[in-house]
Amino acid sequence: MIPAPFRHITVETVEEALAALVEFGDEARLLAGGHSLLPLMKLRLATPAVLIDISGISGMDTVQVDGDHLLVGALTRHRTLELSDLVAREAPLLGHVAGLVGDPQVRNRGTIGGSIAHADPAADLPCALVALDGVVGLRSVTGAQREVRAEEFFTGFWSSVMEPDEMITHFRIPRTGSAGWAYEKYTARAQDWATVAVACVAGRVVLGAMSDTPLRASAVEQAIASGATAAEAALTAHEGTNPSGDLRASAEYRAHLATVLTERVLLRSGYGI
Amino acid sequence: MSLVGARVLRKEDPRLLTGQGTFVDDIQPVGCLHAAFVMSSCAHAELVSIDARAALAMPGVVGVWTAADFLDYPDLPGGLPELERPALARNRVRFAGEPLAVVVAESRYQVADAVAAVEVEYQELDSVTDVTLAAGPDAPLLFEHHGSNVITKVPMLDDLERELERCDQRAHLRLVNQRCAAVPIEASACLADWGVEGLTLWATFQAPHHLRNYLATWLDLPQNLCRVIAPDVGGGFGAKIPWYPELFIAPLLSKWLRRPVKFTQTRSEAMVQMTHGRDQVHDVDVGFDNDGRIKALRFIISQNLGAYPDPTGLGLAVLTSWMAAGCYDIAKVATSFRTVVTNTTPVAAYRGAGRPEAAYSIERMVDLVALRTGLDPAEVRRRNFISPKAFPYKTHNDPVVYDSGDFPQALAECLRLVDYEEVRRRQAATRNDPDAPLIGVGLSCWLEIAGFGPNGSLEGFGHLASWESAQVRIHPDGSAVVFAGSSPHGQGHETTFAQIASDELGIPFDRISVRFGDTATVIQGIGTMGSRGVPTSGSAVKMASVTVLGRAKKIAAHLLEAAEEDLEVLDNAFSVRGTPGKKVSWGDVAWASFQPLRLPEELSAGSLEERLFMESPNFSYPSGAYACVVEIDRRTGRITIDKMVLIDDCGTVINPLLAEGQVHGGVAQGIAQALFEQVVFDPDSGQPQTTNLIDYLVPSAPDLPDYVAGRITTLCPNNPLGAKGIGESGAVGAPAAVVNAVLDALSGFGVEHLDMPVTSEKVWHVLQGGQQ
Ligand SMILES: Cc1cc2nc3c(=O)[nH]c(=O)nc-3n(C[C@H](O)[C@H](O)[C@H](O)COP(=O)(O)OP(=O)(O)OC[C@H]3O[C@@H](n4cnc5c(N)ncnc54)[C@H](O)[C@@H]3O)c2cc1C
Repeated sequence: MIPAPFRHITVETVEEALAALVEFGDEARLLAGGHSLLPLMKLRLATPAVLIDISGISGMDTVQVDGDHLLVGALTRHRTLELSDLVAREAPLLGHVAGLVGDPQVRNRGTIGGSIAHADPAADLPCALVALDGVVGLRSVTGAQREVRAEEFFTGFWSSVMEPDEMITHFRIPRTGSAGWAYEKYTARAQDWATVAVACVAGRVVLGAMSDTPLRASAVEQAIASGATAAEAALTAHEGTNPSGDLRASAEYRAHLATVLTERVLLRSGYGI
Repeated sequence: MSLVGARVLRKEDPRLLTGQGTFVDDIQPVGCLHAAFVMSSCAHAELVSIDARAALAMPGVVGVWTAADFLDYPDLPGGLPELERPALARNRVRFAGEPLAVVVAESRYQVADAVAAVEVEYQELDSVTDVTLAAGPDAPLLFEHHGSNVITKVPMLDDLERELERCDQRAHLRLVNQRCAAVPIEASACLADWGVEGLTLWATFQAPHHLRNYLATWLDLPQNLCRVIAPDVGGGFGAKIPWYPELFIAPLLSKWLRRPVKFTQTRSEAMVQMTHGRDQVHDVDVGFDNDGRIKALRFIISQNLGAYPDPTGLGLAVLTSWMAAGCYDIAKVATSFRTVVTNTTPVAAYRGAGRPEAAYSIERMVDLVALRTGLDPAEVRRRNFISPKAFPYKTHNDPVVYDSGDFPQALAECLRLVDYEEVRRRQAATRNDPDAPLIGVGLSCWLEIAGFGPNGSLEGFGHLASWESAQVRIHPDGSAVVFAGSSPHGQGHETTFAQIASDELGIPFDRISVRFGDTATVIQGIGTMGSRGVPTSGSAVKMASVTVLGRAKKIAAHLLEAAEEDLEVLDNAFSVRGTPGKKVSWGDVAWASFQPLRLPEELSAGSLEERLFMESPNFSYPSGAYACVVEIDRRTGRITIDKMVLIDDCGTVINPLLAEGQVHGGVAQGIAQALFEQVVFDPDSGQPQTTNLIDYLVPSAPDLPDYVAGRITTLCPNNPLGAKGIGESGAVGAPAAVVNAVLDALSGFGVEHLDMPVTSEKVWHVLQGGQQ
């Protein structure tokens, strides 16, 4: 619970952050809310020599309307998303899911950028972002910017297409507004990571903790599109999944939970009968 | 108005709630060094070599010591001959996490880095973590010279096979009481400062005098030069009574280095180094007639001791066997036990210590009798209860004589508050509705043994004695200080003991302070454990106060020129009954008590002070009836506790607020054991799998229901307060209520038992089998 030695530097702009990333290379990690990175460091599962603290970069923690999308700054705290009227109106799934992350202390510190960059398959916001068909905005030191669909962003357990010299600056999230949505998070205790989670919005269904990334339940979506009932469609939820077994649940139980939760989110978001 | 029984706010809260408490780690002497341990990464291995060269070269590192440096000192105290635990592993490591070297550096960060740089070479041995396997013939041995992993064995004289056979029916269950971790918020910590005037050790500990006595002997230091202080202690639950290496090694390092040395354990270290609790396997047979009357009980206990037999760990199964029959009048009871070492963290007391295990199993068995006979579980209990008229009730074990209780009344009150008939109606009405959750109601009529005070009761666990002490001193202004031999770790002694003293002395609550936890100022004490604080130490406070008041009355009578018998104590003064205005304040009496010229002949200066060692003729036996209502989601197996009713009988209640707090906390830990927590070791490698609070599932407030608490009162005849103790009740009573409720909900599914923690996955497996 005592981290290995590291240097802590603060930056005030995205440019400074990216420059520092290049300067320190593999040795460095960005630090946002610290609620994934610091626990790993305390367990010495991560031992970065330099922490580039981006939490002081201004203007990166707001939510705005941008045409058909919400523009969400990477440093926006879970708590901000949870309490935002704008988010509740335009992308209600996002605000709801943010409110289910950990406990109030965690939500007051953790940022959406940190959660997505961390790419934990059992985390809530990655699952929601894929369901919302959100886009991850990245910038590199050359000034190059690119936007990657959330669905293509995650590549494996704690890994993504983000390059070492890139950082997340923002997210673009479709304004799903009144489209039906629901999120089911099954946990071993009230405040916990998901044993299994299922998000559904505007006909897209995504499973959390059922593989090494959030997973689009394409079979379910197709079944619904072709007129299946929620219960029938949900039976296909485990297709293409690869859940792990651990102290919280066996793979078999996870597969079962995925079916039940899928049926529930479908019904609650108005799909299938 | 009597303060005993009043909801007085806690004296300690302003300090603790505003961050002004002083815990060991808050104490930061100048020049303090920091110690940390290199822990074994193997569960069972020969130590080949420890290479500290890299660590020694690191910045701030002062030194690295191994077992070889402590050869002049004995093993840790209290162990069994030839099976003692060395302060640091010597040649052999027996559990993953066992300390095998200690590093000291200038800062806590430096010492952590240096620990990571120490290289240890092991020759791995086969390990065993399961108690049944460890007792088997092919198990790897932890102590070859002992010839077996079985350490103690108490067989039964008669296995009751004939009695069991003679009954209409018999039933057997194997019940696993899983291993739990105490997880106090404050992990282990100590600070040793060995200066020219001797040693001071601050330690987060439940029994500072106990530690001083053993530490001084171990160090060969006269006790006047060995001071132990337990400052504010952030929870203990039994895990702060055993001997840990740091308590002995930190003082020596301070002596050698001539600087203060501090050790503060991390959570990950605590999860493997602090003693665990429970870990018993029971084989229980009951014989009963078709009318639900239980005639015979056979109760066989296997206790997993972990890697080294701890003195308390060895005693747990004794307590379980004593309480095996719970609150039932069973004609024939036979118990036996064995204790077994395994390659796991040592096991010792954890809230309830041996009694939760007993209560759980007998309450599960009673439910099984109900299931097999088709009778209602409440009715089976009523048919088997010990009658309220039967006290004192001699049990199957000589030292155990139940003091008092009214089990039928407690159950009746519990059934009333849970609205038993209504729950049963709802249960029946929704049983066949596939969209409604399954409803279950579980009862636990539990009984435990507490008030560890009778001579001989704690000596067996290595303590000096079993009495508890108190000292009451009146200051010249008539305010008072109470010194208590039992040192708390969250219980609220400062409040309850001041209430008791205030009632007896007639001195206002705010003018009484309670002190404890310092061997330099408090005469010998024993400790806070076994729900003994109020029955023993509280009773000592009461009786010492009575004596002091008697002397104060003599002084007051002398000053007022009145007869002692005519005096009453009112409004902080002594007044003559029937003569308004003729009075002298407590302050005047106290002032005079130090002035020989104003004292009656029989008293001398300073006589308003009394110390007392309270011996108890018998234990106390807190009891209660708990009910739990659960709802089970038919598709996922998720269990939700809908309602939890808690009827306690702890005899006299000093402060209902604190008593309820104790029950709430204990029930939370009981629910945690029933549904969430389990210390897990990999069965092949012996590696601990639950070394942090992500993997060890401590529940939090949203997991727990609102409690409906009630109370009945039968006084304990064995102490002047009539109090039975309440510290462990919740943890004793709750697990069976919860598990019985789950099994009740599943009663249509052909399952008779599920082991704790009863997870939703286990329930789901049952549900898959379908209703029968
Ligand atoms: C007790 C506890 C409970 C929790 N419970 C849950 C839960 O129920 N559900 C859940 O989903 N999560 C949970 N979390 C995790 C929490 O949501 C984290 O806050 C979040 O995952 C990380 O966000 P952060 O801002 O704290 O990131 P940090 O910890 O600061 O960083 C995480 C990673 O992201 C990188 N990073 C951060 N910002 C950027 C950026 N802008 N661009 C590129 N890389 C970046 C960092 O370098 C690091 O690798 C919990 C955490 C704790 C401590």
